Amino acid sequence: MILAQGEPLLEWDWIVRHSSQIFERFLQHAELTAIAVGIGLLISFPVAVFAYRHRWLIGPVTWFTGLLYTIPSLALFAFLVPYTGLSTTTAEIGLVSYTLLILIRNIVAGLDGVPADTREAAIGMGYTKRQLLWKVELPLALPVMVAGIRIASVTTIGLVTVTALIGQGGLGYFILLGLRRFFSTPIIAGTILSVAFAMTVDAALLIGQRALTPWVRRKSPGLAS
Amino acid sequence: MISLTDVTKRFPHSSQPAVDRLSLEIEAGKVVCLVGPSGCGKTTTLKMINRLIEPTSGSIVVNGAEILRQDPVKLRRDIGYVIQSVGLMPHRTIEQNIETVPRLVGWDQARIRKRVDELVSIFDLDRDLLPRYPAELSGGQRQRVGVARALAVDPPVMLMDEPFGAVDPIVRERLQDEFLEIQSSLKKTIVFVTHDIDEAIKMSDRIVILNQGGKIEQHAPPEEILRSPANEFVMQFVGAERGLKRLSLVSVSDIGVEEGPVVSPSASADEAKRVIDEFGFGWTSVVDDGQLLGWVDEEMLHDAAGVDEVKARKFAAFVTPDSSLRKALDSVVSSRTQVAVVLGDGQNYLGILTLEHISKEIIH
Ligand SMILES: Nc1ncnc2c1ncn2[C@@H]1O[C@H](COP(=O)(O)OP(=O)(O)OP(=O)(O)O)[C@@H](O)[C@H]1O
Ligand SMILES: [Mg+2]
Repeated sequence: MILAQGEPLLEWDWIVRHSSQIFERFLQHAELTAIAVGIGLLISFPVAVFAYRHRWLIGPVTWFTGLLYTIPSLALFAFLVPYTGLSTTTAEIGLVSYTLLILIRNIVAGLDGVPADTREAAIGMGYTKRQLLWKVELPLALPVMVAGIRIASVTTIGLVTVTALIGQGGLGYFILLGLRRFFSTPIIAGTILSVAFAMTVDAALLIGQRALTPWVRRKSPGLAS
Repeated sequence: MISLTDVTKRFPHSSQPAVDRLSLEIEAGKVVCLVGPSGCGKTTTLKMINRLIEPTSGSIVVNGAEILRQDPVKLRRDIGYVIQSVGLMPHRTIEQNIETVPRLVGWDQARIRKRVDELVSIFDLDRDLLPRYPAELSGGQRQRVGVARALAVDPPVMLMDEPFGAVDPIVRERLQDEFLEIQSSLKKTIVFVTHDIDEAIKMSDRIVILNQGGKIEQHAPPEEILRSPANEFVMQFVGAERGLKRLSLVSVSDIGVEEGPVVSPSASADEAKRVIDEFGFGWTSVVDDGQLLGWVDEEMLHDAAGVDEVKARKFAAFVTPDSSLRKALDSVVSSRTQVAVVLGDGQNYLGILTLEHISKEIIH
């Protein structure tokens, strides 16, 4: 283990002294996550809707985003650094890449889960394609889509710590710091805060989704993620 | 109102067309039922009328215009549509479901609210249901909401695909009765799909009996289909009980009544006994100046000198000239007197119907 002999696992002193820095890093962590998931959604959403309408695209899209997903994050960042430097851009390119598979898959699955008779009735009553998408298909797909966003967010929050290696990292900065100095306090603080953040975001998204989909009662049939 | 000419639909990868050169005229204000075995193309035909399915060839005219030259969205908003599986929006409350088409066509809030109130009372919906989601309703309630929703903007044309298919027979009958009552005042042009011949007989002005490939086997009013089925297929489809079924379509006034045994209260007991013997029912009606008082039998007259000395017993059930023969038959077999008494306005005695007389109509 990396601990120096005789030191306590967690030095409150250090945490108090660095509280403003911790807060700053937390904000950076949140920002990196929000941007990654946000851009991920901006890309995934149109791609998923398009693939949903042109089903033959689902295969290739899943294959490609799946491929991105399998690239080890360290390797991806290492590969990008020569082009985009030790920058936020480098971090975000990596982070966004990892959200795509989960988001696209869940958006398509959510849309697929819309009952065929509901869709048919809507068209039969005179919904335009756009109205059908925004007023029927998306609301009904929301629980599955949000399930995807939750997984993507939690995954991203974890991955952000790795970007400490390229000078970003949010709370990951402390983990790296601790590793370099054989000092456990920042490692523990960074990890706990990161996990707590992930759990909070996950719960908040679930609560938000429940509030937005009052028709889904506890167990919603056919809406498994 | 709706006319189909040589309409054919061939789905990709199928050897036989689902609908093959179907031609059909549907008159405004009438209910036309498409009936036929599963897979004969009823739903396909219906969906071609609102362009959910595009015909492979042929022409369909709705409201005087070829539908392929109408904007499909506009066309569909003008046609009420009830699908086979109801298809309420699970994420919308009942009220929002009913408001769907009015919102699509841009009615203002006040008008929508007023219309919802109207529909709630027309369909006798419980107001407590309005804020609920479809999953929280029973099947019968959902079907009723499905029909109410289709009627929301008062479209002149309605397409209904087995609208009462998913409920038990008792609820179905109630929904049918309700619907007939609504239709009698609204006078919509309705294409109604069912595979239940009894439902077709009950609901429609005309029945179209389809065979595989949308082939019309017979297109006629229900009574005619039952009286003279065009061929073996129709005969089979209508079933062995067509005579009985027809009884519900023929009214008492269509076959006329028999005079029956009648005496006036002023008649003597002997005269009454003579009338009773003459008709052989064992009883006679007592009619005073056209008003039915009841009936008496020989036993009641035993110690009496005149009919007015005994209290005539009431008939358990009556029918009117508008009643169906079916109801009359029911009245015959369930009454002790073995006849159905026919009364006009205000207990006015018109005559009786016997089993013999009714069965002549069955055999026909
Ligand atoms: N989308 C489709 N693609 C291919 N074939 C279809 C499609 N829809 C219907 N068919 C075929 O067309 C024929 C007629 O189907 P349709 O749904 O009109 O039957 P139906 O008379 O409504 O039957 P039911 O009483 O079971 O509802 C069937 O053989 C069916 O398999
Ligand atoms: Mg059908």
